[in-house]
Amino acid sequence: MSLPHDKALRFAKQYKLQWESAQNAWVLLYPEGLVKLAGSAGEILQRIDGSTSALDIVSTLEAIYPGADLKQDVIDFLEHAHDKGWIISA
Amino acid sequence: MTKAGSSVPEASAASQIAGPHVAGPLWVNAEITYKCPLHCVFCYNPLDYASTFDKELTTDQWLKALREARELGAVQLGLSGGEPLMRDDLEIIIAEASNMGYYVNLLTSGVGLTEKRLAAFKAGGLDQIQLSFQDSTKKLNDFLSSTKTFDLKLNVAKLIKQYDYPMVLNIVLHRQNIDHIEQILQMAESMQADHVELANSQYYAWAFKNREYLMPSRDQLERAETVCNQFRERLGNTMKLYFVVPDYYADRPKACMNGWGAVFLNIAPDGLALPCHEARMLPGLDFPNVRDHDVRSIWFDSHAFNAYRGNSWMPEPCRSCDEKEKDFGGCRCQAFMLTGDAANTDPVCSKSPHHTLITDQVALAQRLNLREDEVKPLIVFRDDRNSRLYT
Ligand code: SF4
Ligand code: SF4
Repeated sequence: MSLPHDKALRFAKQYKLQWESAQNAWVLLYPEGLVKLAGSAGEILQRIDGSTSALDIVSTLEAIYPGADLKQDVIDFLEHAHDKGWIISA
Repeated sequence: MTKAGSSVPEASAASQIAGPHVAGPLWVNAEITYKCPLHCVFCYNPLDYASTFDKELTTDQWLKALREARELGAVQLGLSGGEPLMRDDLEIIIAEASNMGYYVNLLTSGVGLTEKRLAAFKAGGLDQIQLSFQDSTKKLNDFLSSTKTFDLKLNVAKLIKQYDYPMVLNIVLHRQNIDHIEQILQMAESMQADHVELANSQYYAWAFKNREYLMPSRDQLERAETVCNQFRERLGNTMKLYFVVPDYYADRPKACMNGWGAVFLNIAPDGLALPCHEARMLPGLDFPNVRDHDVRSIWFDSHAFNAYRGNSWMPEPCRSCDEKEKDFGGCRCQAFMLTGDAANTDPVCSKSPHHTLITDQVALAQRLNLREDEVKPLIVFRDDRNSRLYT
């Protein structure tokens, strides 16, 4: 199933995103382990809240980083996160 | 998915974090008690586990150690044993650990899990429950764990669903139950399991004592994997299936614990801090105790946690091998149990000069042909009386 760009997204059950100061990074936690997220991945995933869509995240980030063409990168990463089962449509 | 060896925590970030400088632990396994109402023939608790009964950490000592590990960046917490439900302060430990920011997993046989306790765990923030099963048939389940627990576990499985946890089943496979894999998977399906790990027992502790009776033949493994694949095809992602073959059947060792002192910290019931569940058996390391030392000095400064960290300790053939970053030379405990020296290459590796210790055992597994009634008297059950014999 591909990721709908205009639908709200949330984390899959049992997935938890958390800021870890010891790692100085956002960390995604799930039953079998954890993933330490690179800076941009953390920027994107921390905006997932059950009511925000992929396109919403693109426009928020473009407002924060004006002039940057982020759309493709953000969508690619969210699709990756969706394929991995981290996030689903709310 | 087939993985050889162990179900070691997956820490995708490990390689980035464990760079040239030593990073803190990410994963804590708290073995809060070795007491257990079951007597599994493959139990991974140390043979002399009963010696810890009168030395268990108090609630406050546990919380102190967990807080110290959390300060170093540990985020995953496994509460295991023994049977963790045997501690009546489990509710407090779960709630406090969750407050500290841990992702809290409970690994249980389900014996002792009442609705009242589960409700308290849920309220305290427990994230995940892993329920272990010995087999699908009542008869074999009860024989292999040497108790009458099968019906009880089915009830527990219902409770777990009712409290909205995913159903994560852990079934240890071996020579005596692997041919029942179809019934096992049917049971898992009827319980609406979300995640099923069918891991062959690893040959440590009690399972090492019973190795001949637990190691399946190659034919058994192939049949089992075929059945697994049929279930996978039919059920797709609704029930995720992991099938783990014994590492004796591989020619490269498992990347044990993602490396010694790299991400994993095990704390035994009596407070010993160990780089893996089995390390207690290794001589000469003088493992530090969380009662006497803080986790920071244990992790970074103790001799025990530095002994096999990185790769400068490695002898040949690992030293000059280009795979050493991948498997860290395998498992220290397996090297010790089989060769008498923990610094040797894990004999599972086909480059090890001791590799025939593995291939001979595998060859034996193809020849042995004992019926259940012949095996039963030969098996050493994990129980307190047997344990005291090893103390
Ligand atoms: S393996 Fe069996 S006997 Fe050992 S601690 Fe687990 S449930 Fe208890
Ligand atoms: S020789 Fe050592 S490092 Fe190389 S593959 Fe074998 S165990 Fe791994």
